[in-house]
Amino acid sequence: MLTLEGLHVYYGGIHALKGISLMVEEGEIVTLIGANGAGKSTTLRAISGLVRPRSGRILFEQQPLHTLPADRIVRLGITHVPEGRRVFASLSVRENLQLGAYSRRDRGEITADLHRVYELFPRLGERQNQSAGTLSGGEQQMLAIGRALMARPRLLLLDEPSMGLAPLLVMEIFRIIKEINHGGTTILLVEQNANQALRVAHRAYVLQSGEIVREGPAAEVAQDPEVRRAYLGGDVA
Amino acid sequence: MSANKGANMDENKNPVGGTSTRRTRWQKAIQPTVIVIAVVLLVALNLYIRRPDVDPYILGVLCLTGINMILAAGLNLINGFTGQFSIGHAGFMAVGAYTAALLTTYRNFPFLPATVLGALAAGMMGLVVGIPALRLRGDYLAIVTLGFGEIIRVVINNIPITGGAQGLVAIPGYTTFYWVEGWLILILVLISNLIRSGVGRCLLAIREDEVAATALGVDTTFYKVLAFTIGAASAGVAGSLYAHQIMYIDPSVFGFFKSIEILIAVVLGGLGSLTGSVLAAGLLTALPELLRGFAEYRMIVYSALLVLVMLIRPAGLLGQLEAVDILGWRRRPRPQWRTTGAGSGSDAFAAVQADLTTTDRLRGASK
Ligand SMILES: Nc1ncnc2c1ncn2[C@@H]1O[C@H](COP(=O)(O)OP(=O)(O)OP(=O)(O)O)[C@@H](O)[C@H]1O
Ligand SMILES: [Mg+2]
Repeated sequence: MLTLEGLHVYYGGIHALKGISLMVEEGEIVTLIGANGAGKSTTLRAISGLVRPRSGRILFEQQPLHTLPADRIVRLGITHVPEGRRVFASLSVRENLQLGAYSRRDRGEITADLHRVYELFPRLGERQNQSAGTLSGGEQQMLAIGRALMARPRLLLLDEPSMGLAPLLVMEIFRIIKEINHGGTTILLVEQNANQALRVAHRAYVLQSGEIVREGPAAEVAQDPEVRRAYLGGDVA
Repeated sequence: MSANKGANMDENKNPVGGTSTRRTRWQKAIQPTVIVIAVVLLVALNLYIRRPDVDPYILGVLCLTGINMILAAGLNLINGFTGQFSIGHAGFMAVGAYTAALLTTYRNFPFLPATVLGALAAGMMGLVVGIPALRLRGDYLAIVTLGFGEIIRVVINNIPITGGAQGLVAIPGYTTFYWVEGWLILILVLISNLIRSGVGRCLLAIREDEVAATALGVDTTFYKVLAFTIGAASAGVAGSLYAHQIMYIDPSVFGFFKSIEILIAVVLGGLGSLTGSVLAAGLLTALPELLRGFAEYRMIVYSALLVLVMLIRPAGLLGQLEAVDILGWRRRPRPQWRTTGAGSGSDAFAAVQADLTTTDRLRGASK
């Protein structure tokens, strides 16, 4: 479904991605793990058109993305939930969700999807008229995910959805990620919480200083001694 | 503007009153009164200016007030609602003023088409400046728009048809209170409808978080240029009204200080409040006149009042609230302060904590 080939991204003089290649198949959850500054967010930004690669290719079902503007990429069915919530604070929860459906043409089904999001996140339904800036951190994360779902993406890019959430809420978010995937949405998941991410994902890539150093089925990557030592704290079952 | 960042620290506190959206008894009681007062004022104003013995000075001040309200409302669309910090508004006013005045003075155009063409010319200028400038952010955009305003002034100064620094004289005095009133109402209705439409939602989204808006597929450049163009066109209308009221214009009228004056009205009223812009433009135009009694201390008193208001209400008189919010006609609480979802205090704290646990693990693992 999605293929990255030899992708190089620079921020001025900083070489953030040094020729990474990866693949996401339809229906999968693929996770991208790695330390701070490894280039995880940069990878997602390159896919969604927020940064331009200097060289390399990004293909979404044979169509090159690296030359398209961000709004066209969304219309092809890829939605990016950026790092750190980023809800529209002074707009209401409902308005945030409606903006999520911005790129869609099928106006009629948007209301139905709104209710589907409220079913997935009952908290959001209760607070639909409240301004998003007054939600708690966890609720804002739910809103950011719900907002992205309103675009009916075929591929969802999630950047650290569990960041800064209490353990119970982290479990809840990962359960929802699974549920979204069962509904037929392919997911590329960037996580610091490697432990949880490797449990929900089918396959995994490990990014280190802008290069992919490991890849494979999530269960195998989770067993890799190097990975366990560096990202899983050594003794995780 | 950055003073508001801290407001998001208390994430669950809604400065407007939590989740309670019920109208207060006070609001219920005051509603009919306010409508009656507003209607009575408007009717009284219209009756007053019909009197044969109407004071032309007061009439002039009233027209100027209306013109400044148009300017502030247009700039607020750009700065307050779309979050693009533009400070060259007087430049667009100049384009509208000169276009319309040249058409009426030398080509005998009637007032309405001349004003419409003035607005179009200013709007076109907004488009031309906006497309490259709106790629820039924050301070850079401010500098570019400031430079643009100055360029307009220099150009007008140096082309013969405008009369250069001597100014354009003998402009017909077409502007009446009714013209100002009509244009003001039209522009306010247009802008407030725009803000409440789907387009307005996109503008607000860009102000709140441009990256998130882009990630959702919103063509941010298009909407920014749109807001910029509409704001510029409304300044063009104000320019035409001004030229045909004073009947004489020269480039110095549309200088840096005029731009700042408009900006002050927008900030004082509240970035993101149309009601605030109208109130503040009214106050700022009327205040210097009312303070004439203070003679030479006038400007000191004026400045002191400004400083005082901004100290007491840093988000402006109304923040982001509109008349409908104050009257309780809109059932949605809005945070009064601008908040950003990302990077709020507790989020940043949590992020640091998350980082700490990872590094701790790494350290623990490697020993
Ligand atoms: N806008 C930018 N300008 C300059 N350098 C940047 C920018 N964004 C990221 N970088 C650099 O690029 C590298 C990769 O950053 P990236 O945000 O992709 O890391 P990450 O893996 O997502 O890290 P984290 O887990 O901390 O979010 C880092 O060295 C970072 O400093
Ligand atoms: Mg990141």
